[in-house]
Amino acid sequence: MMRVWLTPVIWFALLGVLAAFLPAMGSLFSWVQPGTDDLVYSRDSFYLLLQSHAWLVLVSATIGTLVAVSAGIFVTRPWGRDFLPLVSQIASIGQTVPPVAVLALAVPALGFGEKPTLLALALYGLLPILRNTLAGMDGINPGVLEAARGMGMSPAGVLFKVEFPLAGRVILAGIRTSVTINIATAAIGSTIGARTLGDPVIAGLVNGNTAYVLQGAILIGLLALATDSLFEAVERLWARRSLAV
Amino acid sequence: MIELKGVTRRFGETVAVDGIDLTIETGEVCVLVGSSGCGKSTTLRMINRLLPRSSGDILVDGEDVNDIDPQALRLNMGYVIQSTGLFPHWTVARNIGLVPDLLKWPARRREQRVNELLTLLGLDPQTDAARFPHQLSGGQAQRVGVARALAGDPNILLMDEPFGALDAITRELLQQEMLRIQKQLNKTTVFVTHDIDEALRLATRIAVMDQGRIIQHDTPEAILRQPASTFVENLLGSGDRGLKLLALRTVGEVMERHPEPRRPASDTTGLNEADSLRVALSAMVWENATQLPVLSKAGCEVGIVKREQLLQVRP
Repeated sequence: MMRVWLTPVIWFALLGVLAAFLPAMGSLFSWVQPGTDDLVYSRDSFYLLLQSHAWLVLVSATIGTLVAVSAGIFVTRPWGRDFLPLVSQIASIGQTVPPVAVLALAVPALGFGEKPTLLALALYGLLPILRNTLAGMDGINPGVLEAARGMGMSPAGVLFKVEFPLAGRVILAGIRTSVTINIATAAIGSTIGARTLGDPVIAGLVNGNTAYVLQGAILIGLLALATDSLFEAVERLWARRSLAV
Repeated sequence: MIELKGVTRRFGETVAVDGIDLTIETGEVCVLVGSSGCGKSTTLRMINRLLPRSSGDILVDGEDVNDIDPQALRLNMGYVIQSTGLFPHWTVARNIGLVPDLLKWPARRREQRVNELLTLLGLDPQTDAARFPHQLSGGQAQRVGVARALAGDPNILLMDEPFGALDAITRELLQQEMLRIQKQLNKTTVFVTHDIDEALRLATRIAVMDQGRIIQHDTPEAILRQPASTFVENLLGSGDRGLKLLALRTVGEVMERHPEPRRPASDTTGLNEADSLRVALSAMVWENATQLPVLSKAGCEVGIVKREQLLQVRP
């Protein structure tokens, strides 16, 4: 039980420690950027950036999950089935649009700052969740659903006791993909004025300071790894619960 | 009692079920038989309202099913399908306890009922209850499917080709179990199959369907003796009609009973009262005998059955 959580805890601890001590480790970066004293990004604290970055991802993932799962449920009900081809097409075509384009398109609508970033992240992030919700629902043996209805379960009962538990792992995998992509995409939000771990990367690119770029990139990478291992743990727990109660 | 009056179901332009009338008496097993696409499953699914009907009336004990809440209606109708439809994420016990759970039975009673049904269906409450559906063989899974359908003690049992996916030996075993259970419980049963032998074996009455209509609705014997059309004749197959007729009767019905049970001669093979005449004839051919003793369960000879008696079944 506890061992499942060990890996994510280690990753998150490493992330926290690094965010706190990077400013003190400036001399370590002198080899990438020799000939200057300005070795650590200092416009904002890394903690603040990390917090804001994680918040953006969390809020957009929550919105994306709610919208995508609701949409997935809607089009797999008898009264919404007419929309299934349309929605599943949107879900797959949407994936081909690069996240940067979504970000750029959000600016004219919402201006600069966190709002357009949030919108772009939520919109882009809901596609993998939607696709996996549809795949998960579609993967359920039709005989199981037929029996569930035929035995007298209510539609809500079928959804919560049969469809969700059976499609849950696939949906969860969709959320995992979505969050991982959005951790990376949120960094690009810095280009349109959101405060994220992308700030040092962008500043470093603009000023020709590789140390900044490296610091931002390390923290973003760690955040992605830590979050991913968290999902891994949840998925494992889910599999254990659904097969060996 | 289930009554269908002029029931029709259309899918777009095609008519799947075409104005059928059918009355299924309480406690009888009505088998709907026909080739695939003849509308038999559609008919079954209209009874528990998994499919809405296009026109006509379906009454259960005099009440129109459309006036009953669909969930309440289905809770009183056990439903067994070919693919079993067991919930893969639930244990056998929880699967069987589904309807008692929906009916909000107390946990003790539910548990008792599950054990009772596992035993009735020849499963072991100790070991099988905690297993998951993927750990069961096809035959075991379908036993659980039947147990689940019976769990809420419904008045009506709907079975949609329940044994269609099983191998011949398992299928025959489950047919025997079904006959035994039906004798005990007397559920009003609607059973769909494309297998005429299964129909002849299990049915009180058979409804032969073709292209959405009922061609003939009668007892197995009457259908065998007087098929209403060439379609029914072809369905029955002409090659072994006599043997099929023999299969409908049991040894107990035609044997000459001894006034007192006797000790059997030790070297003879004996028949059981429950054996069909077809089995009896086969045994006589194999033993090259003109008559065979009938043995009770205890091993006493209770009577004899003669070859000429078998051959007089068709008057």
